[in-house]
Amino acid sequence: MAECHPVGFQWVMEAKARGAVVIHVDPRFTRTSALSDLHVPIRAGTDIAFLGGLIHHVLENEKYFREYVLAYTNAATIVREEFRDTEDLDGLFSGYDEEHRVYDPRSWQYAGSEMPAPSGEVDEEMLLMTETARVEAHGSGGPEVSGKIYTDETLQHPRCVFQILKRHFARYTPEMVEQICGVPRDLFDRVCEYLTGNSGPDRTTAIGYAVGWTQHTTGVQNIRAASILQSLLGNIGRPGGGILALRGHANIQGSTDIPALFDLLPAYIPMPHLGQNEGLAAYLEDEAASKGYWGKMSAYMVSLLKAWWGEHATADNDFCFDYLPRLTGNHSTYHTVLRQMEGVCKGYLLMGENPAAGSSNSRYERMGMANLDWLVVRDFSLIESATWWKDGPEIETGEMRTEDLRTEVFFLPAAAHTEKSGSFTNTDRLLQWRDQAVEPAGEARSDLWFVYHLGRLIRERLASSDDPMDLPIKHLTWDYPTEGTQAEPSAEAVLAEINGFGPGGRHLSSYDELADDGSTSCGCWIYCGVYADGVNQAARRKPGWEQDHVALEWGWAWPANRRILYNRASADPGGRPWSDRKAYLRWDAERGRWTGPDTPDFPPTLSPDHRPPPDATGPDALSGTDAFIMQADGRAWLYAPAGIVDGPLPAHYEPQESPSENPLYHYGRNPARELIQHPVNRYQPSDGKPGSELFPYVTTTYRLTEHHTVGGMSRWVPYLSELQPEFFCEVSPELAAERGLTHLGWATIVSARAVIEARVLVTERMTPLIVEGRPLHQIGLPYHWGRNGYSRGDSANELAHLSLDPNTHIQEVKAMACDIRPGRRPRGPAALELVEDYRRRAGITERTGMEI
Amino acid sequence: MTLRELVASWPVLRQLKGGDPRGDAAKSRRTARLRPRIRDADKVVDSVCPYCAVGCAQKVYVKDERVIQIEGDPKSPISRGRLCPKGSASLQLTTGSSRMHEVLYRRPYGTDWERLPLDRAMDMIADRMIAARRDGWVWEYEGRNVRHTLGIASLGGATLDNEENYLLKKLWTALGAVQIENQARI
Repeated sequence: MAECHPVGFQWVMEAKARGAVVIHVDPRFTRTSALSDLHVPIRAGTDIAFLGGLIHHVLENEKYFREYVLAYTNAATIVREEFRDTEDLDGLFSGYDEEHRVYDPRSWQYAGSEMPAPSGEVDEEMLLMTETARVEAHGSGGPEVSGKIYTDETLQHPRCVFQILKRHFARYTPEMVEQICGVPRDLFDRVCEYLTGNSGPDRTTAIGYAVGWTQHTTGVQNIRAASILQSLLGNIGRPGGGILALRGHANIQGSTDIPALFDLLPAYIPMPHLGQNEGLAAYLEDEAASKGYWGKMSAYMVSLLKAWWGEHATADNDFCFDYLPRLTGNHSTYHTVLRQMEGVCKGYLLMGENPAAGSSNSRYERMGMANLDWLVVRDFSLIESATWWKDGPEIETGEMRTEDLRTEVFFLPAAAHTEKSGSFTNTDRLLQWRDQAVEPAGEARSDLWFVYHLGRLIRERLASSDDPMDLPIKHLTWDYPTEGTQAEPSAEAVLAEINGFGPGGRHLSSYDELADDGSTSCGCWIYCGVYADGVNQAARRKPGWEQDHVALEWGWAWPANRRILYNRASADPGGRPWSDRKAYLRWDAERGRWTGPDTPDFPPTLSPDHRPPPDATGPDALSGTDAFIMQADGRAWLYAPAGIVDGPLPAHYEPQESPSENPLYHYGRNPARELIQHPVNRYQPSDGKPGSELFPYVTTTYRLTEHHTVGGMSRWVPYLSELQPEFFCEVSPELAAERGLTHLGWATIVSARAVIEARVLVTERMTPLIVEGRPLHQIGLPYHWGRNGYSRGDSANELAHLSLDPNTHIQEVKAMACDIRPGRRPRGPAALELVEDYRRRAGITERTGMEI
Repeated sequence: MTLRELVASWPVLRQLKGGDPRGDAAKSRRTARLRPRIRDADKVVDSVCPYCAVGCAQKVYVKDERVIQIEGDPKSPISRGRLCPKGSASLQLTTGSSRMHEVLYRRPYGTDWERLPLDRAMDMIADRMIAARRDGWVWEYEGRNVRHTLGIASLGGATLDNEENYLLKKLWTALGAVQIENQARI
C-alpha cells in the first residue's frame, strides 16, 4: 500500500501512531513492510491456505464474535443433505462435471431451497452461468436463495454452516500453513494473536488487499476467504473494519459500476443471454431476488431501458427489452482475442488500454491484432499496441514482417484528465468530479467526444435504413448538448441521465423513487441521487476540516452517499452500538429512526424489532436485524450457497503452474479453473510432474511507486522514467548464488511462452522460504515495461499464460513458475529456439497443464 | 545600491529589526524576490489525480488557457493536499512533450505512419464500424434470437470517466456489440 497507494497509506500511519498494529503479508519486503510491525513473507499463490489457517485458529479457539455471528451471518443456516465438501471428495465439491469441468451448484443450496435437486448433469443454463460471468452481477449484492430457511441457533447441527466450516478448515493447521505457505509457526502465531486480540465489540481489524488478489485461478475465493474471516470476527459494517479493495486505477470501481464489460448492464444488472428470450417478465423472474433491494430489479431495469430508448420504450413493447443483444457464451477480453484469430472479430477499439504489453501472454494479444481488418488506438502516446506492426517482438524474431501485415491502424490522440470534465469513482465508491481546465490541443479529444461523435456519425449513416437490426441505434436517445470550440458533449448532461429523471423531467434523488411502469428513467440505479435537485453532488468540495471524520459533503458515494456499507451491523441486534469505542449507528427509539454520522445502510425507520409478514417481498421482507440488506437472506455469507461457480467455500489450490504439490487434496488445482488451449498459450508441467523441474522458481508481478500499470501514463513521463529507468527483477542473494546472477548484471527469464531479460537486483528483500521442507525461491517482476517510451524494457507479461478465475475470467499473473539464468536473452530467431528448447525438454504438448 | 540600502541589508541589522529574527536574516535577496509560480494563474480548477483509485484531489492552475501547475488540494479529507510521485508528475503527464496531438494512420501492409485529418479518420472509423458490425451480425444462434454482432470489440482502460463508459456501453449495446471489455477484468 505504501508503494502503490502512498497517499492512502497516510491513514494507516495515523492509525499506527494511535496504537494500531500493522501486519504486511507479501512475498517481498517493500516500503509497506518497512513501516509495518510485522512482515510475513509468503509463497505467492497460497493466500487461501494462510487465511484458512487463520479461520481454523478462530474456530478452534472460539475466538469468533459469537453474538455478531449468530445475528448477522448464516452460521446457523442448514445446508442441503446432498452437499459434499472437498474433505469428502479429495479436493472436489459435490456437483462436479468432468466433461465440462464445471460445477452443478444445486447441491450447495440451503436445505429448504425450492431449487430442484441436482440431477448429476450440467445443463445449458449452468454452462451459460459460468461463461457469462453471472457472478459479477453480484457486485452490489448477493444472488437469490429460495424457499424456507432452517437454522440451528446452537450451531450444533452437523449440516449447519458453522459445522461445515469447522470440518472444511480442520486440516488448515499452523503446521499446514508452514508447509504450504512457507510461514514459520511462530510468525503465524503472532498474526493470529494480533488479529483476534484486535477484534470484538471494542475493536475492529481491517484487511486491505490490492487487486492482485484477483489475479489468480482462485481470485474470487481469495477474497471470499477474507470475508469469512472478517465475518467471523465481526469486522464488517463497523468503523475500522471491512475488506478494503485498494484499486489501482482512477476509475476501476466506476468501470464495473457503469460497466464497460460484456456481461453486465449498468449497476450490476446482468446482460441477458440467449436463454432469456421470453420477454422482460421472464428475465426478471430469472434474475431478481425475492427479498432485499434486488427485489426491485424490475424498476431498475425498466428505468435503464427508458434512459436508453426514451419514448420508444413502452409497456406495450416490453420497454425495448429485445433491443438488448443476447450473450451466447464467454465474450470476455481473452476470448475475444480468439475470435480475432479466427477472423470473426474484425475491428477493435483500444481506449487507454495497452494489451500488447499489458495483457497476460501479450504475444497472444498481438496475434489477435495481426489478424484484424482495422484497429483504433486512442492514447496519449504511441504505446506498444499502436506500433507492434513495425517494431513488436515478432518483428524482431522474424515471425512477422511489416509488409505482410494487413491490419489498418488508426492512432487518435486522447485528452488528459485536465482537459475534460467527468467523474471518477474511487476505491471507496466515492464519485469525485473534475472540471475541464483547458481544451485539449491539436487533434486530441476526450473519449466522451470520440464515442458521442462516432455514435452521431453512425446514426447519420443509418438514419434512412429500414433494416430491423438498425432500430435500436435509430431509436437510441443520443442528443447531448455540446460545448466549446470542439463540440465537446456535456459530461454533466450525461451524469444527469445516469442519475435519472422522474415525471416532468425532475432529477431523481434516490433509487427508492424508481418505478417499473415507465414513469422514471435512470442510467445506473446505484448512482441515482448523484444529481439530486439538479446539483452535481460529486462536485461537492466542502473542506475536510469543516466536517466530521465521515465527511459526507465531500463528493458522493454510491449507494445513497453511504460511506460504510452494511453499517447496520455496527449496532447490536437491538440497535445499540457494540461498544462506545466503536459506536457508529444507533436506533433512536424516540424518533423512530437510525442515527449516526453516516447514511444508514438500512431502511432509515425500520425498527430493530420489526419482523416482516411471511408474504412480504423486496425491501419490505427485511427484518429489523437483516443487516446485510443486499443479500437474499439478509446475512453475511460464511458459506455461499449460490452465486459462485467454483465452490461454496474457498479451498487451497495450487496455481496453474507451481513448483509445489498440494498436500491437502488429490485435485491439486482449481478443478473449475478456465483454460485456453492454443498453440501460443502452452502450459508448463506442474505439481511435481516430469518437466516441472525446469521451471523451479515462483514469479510474481507487481508495481512500483514511480510507474503506473503497463506504463502508458508513466514511461513517457521524464521525471518518472528517470526515477525508475528500466526493467529489473528482484532476487535473493541465495538465488543469485544458486544461479550465478550478479547485482546490476542481466538475467534471462524463461517460461513455456517466452523469454525476456531484466537487470538483476540482488536484495535481501526477497526471502527464500522453506516450502514442503525444501528451499523455495521467488522472483519479483515489476510489470510496467514495454519497448516504447523513455523508460524501456521487456514486458513481464510475455511470460504469463492464460488460466483464468472461472468466476471473473481474470488471468493468473500473480503466481507463476519460471526459470532464470545469467546474461542477456538471445535475439532474433534464437529467442524462439530457446523457448522451444525448454518446451521440448519439459515434454510440453497441447495436453500439458490441462489435467483436472 | 545606495549606502542606506547597503547598511539596511547588513544581516545583523536585519536580524535586530525583523519580526522573525532568524528567517528574515537568512533570506537572500533572490529569495525575497521569488514568487510562487501559481501567483499569476488566471484560474484554479478542481480536479482529481488520474493514476490510482485513492482519488487525491488536485488543483489545476491555468494561465492564458494553458495549465501551468498541478498541486494537491488540502481541502480533501482523503488526501489532505498530498500527492505521490506520480500525482506530482501529472503536470508533465498532461503538458509534456511526449504527448501526441495528431492523428496517425497506417494503411494495410504499410511500413510507416501517415497523417490523417481527425474528421476524415472519424468518417473512416464510422464506415468500418458499420461494415464490421454487419459482417459479424447474428440474428439467431441455435434457433434462438440473439441479434448481436461479434464483428467488433472494444477494450478500455480504467481511467475512462463514468460518463465515457456510460456512453460507450450504451452505443455498443445499441449496435448489438457484446464484446466490450475493460481493464477492470484484467
